[in-house]
Amino acid sequence: MVVAAAREIRDGEKVFVGMRLPLLGFAVAKELHAPSAIGIFENGVIRDWPALEPIFTMSDPPNVARSLYCGGLLDVMSLLQSGQVDLGFIGGAEVDRFGNLNTHWVEESGKKIRLPGSGGAADIATLARRCIIIMNHEKRRFRPRVHFITSPGYGEGGDWRQMKHIHGGGPSRVITSLGIFSFDPASGEMLLGFFHPGVTVEEIRGETGWPLRVSGDLRETPPPSPEELAAVRKYDPKGVWTANG
Amino acid sequence: MNKLSSLQEAIAGEIHDGMSVVMGCGLESLIPFAAGYEIIRQKKKDLTLIAPISDMQFDQIIGAGCVKKVIAAWVGNVAAGLGHNFRRAAEEGIPHPIEVEDHSNFTIALALKAAAMGLPFLPTKTAAGSDFSRAGNFKPVSCPFSGEELLAVRAIKPDVAILHVQRADPEGNAHIWGNLGVVVEAARAAKKVILTCEEIVDHEVILSDPNRTLIQGFLVSSVVHEPFASHPSPTQGYARRDDDFYFDYHKESRTREGFERWLEKWVLGVKDHKEYLSRIGKEMVRRLRPEGNLFSPSVSFNF
Repeated sequence: MVVAAAREIRDGEKVFVGMRLPLLGFAVAKELHAPSAIGIFENGVIRDWPALEPIFTMSDPPNVARSLYCGGLLDVMSLLQSGQVDLGFIGGAEVDRFGNLNTHWVEESGKKIRLPGSGGAADIATLARRCIIIMNHEKRRFRPRVHFITSPGYGEGGDWRQMKHIHGGGPSRVITSLGIFSFDPASGEMLLGFFHPGVTVEEIRGETGWPLRVSGDLRETPPPSPEELAAVRKYDPKGVWTANG
Repeated sequence: MNKLSSLQEAIAGEIHDGMSVVMGCGLESLIPFAAGYEIIRQKKKDLTLIAPISDMQFDQIIGAGCVKKVIAAWVGNVAAGLGHNFRRAAEEGIPHPIEVEDHSNFTIALALKAAAMGLPFLPTKTAAGSDFSRAGNFKPVSCPFSGEELLAVRAIKPDVAILHVQRADPEGNAHIWGNLGVVVEAARAAKKVILTCEEIVDHEVILSDPNRTLIQGFLVSSVVHEPFASHPSPTQGYARRDDDFYFDYHKESRTREGFERWLEKWVLGVKDHKEYLSRIGKEMVRRLRPEGNLFSPSVSFNF
């Protein structure tokens, strides 16, 4: 998943990095194919090189020291709102077939469970030129319809985003623990494009809560190259973020 | 004017039951945990807590029963996940029910910025199509020039801002560096500001570097000299993040009984911040202090 995230970052792009896996994906991309990518963090930090010590939050001192810029949340959110951020990474507790994400509340056995909320996810989902969703692939998370839209994808499909006056381009990919999806440009529906090595399409169908749609040129995800693996090890030497693949 | 006071005096004098308090404005750093613990010790009631994210601070104050309402973009424990006390309060009303006003990071920053600018609202393009943006603190507006559809975010004017900073003079003029989150907006939006700081410096030090004076003393009502008052959150140049403290809290607060034990050990059974630091231990405090320095060259203001 880290390597798949890294491959989405193009050289020279300005990226709202987020935390955990995307943070490592950003470091790997910088090391290999996107040396000029810029990382932007919601706390106001902008970096042109990855933090060399592993960190748990974007405000950890190794992510602040020797950064390119330190400012406030409104500074970096204004870059996002003015259309200058190419790409942002987001995740959630639930996603549906139109790429809508929920991090507010879910229901399990009739009981409401309160989740932490949006953070900056709704901002990235509505303002970034494109965004990438990273999720563990489980049936209870891949629901026909999310309980609550925290971070809108393509809403109810079609031209929903235009009707809601949403400026950002919307989700371009969903990277899961089992495969990689893109979106059908007309309907806004998720299309399976890649299955990870060792995973079958049937398995993915079984963990997806709606009738799975598969792209015409469905392929296996190219496995990580030795260079990609070496870069992951460099930035996550203890396997803190990559112990489970 | 000398505004130096102890943490106990500042919290007793400035924070009253039913007030709204913005804290945790640096996002994951500069969180005034020591002030939060003092609020709990003084058994404040019916507070409204405001922050973009609060890391685990709001979870602690909610669990201690001091909170009536939370206005936030995210409440939990950033490295560890969900906030167990937030969940118990929101789902089961334990220790009592709380009201939640949901925001995104951008919208809550705009709400504070609006108050800081003396405006009733600010317009934005964010959060269109999000379910939380249909609540009463947001309204659709159109641009009077182009007709473009925007979202108006209602201003938030907190009664008090509690901010941890690197250094301040006794009047409350403060130098801050590193990521700033919504620190500046909060200081200007709130009616009163309490500072906790790593160092008290002469006014001359403040005047030597005016670009770094992000909070002006005329906004500040109390200045508390309390090194390490952001523990377990980091303060750039002074304190690293104590990651294990967050993971331990997450484990121990999983049950209500576990949280009560945690609270007794780290807050209620502790007289003040000095005793708290002695519980953390000299060795740990030493490990959390950055070794050496990473200075930037000084700049000349000569004329």
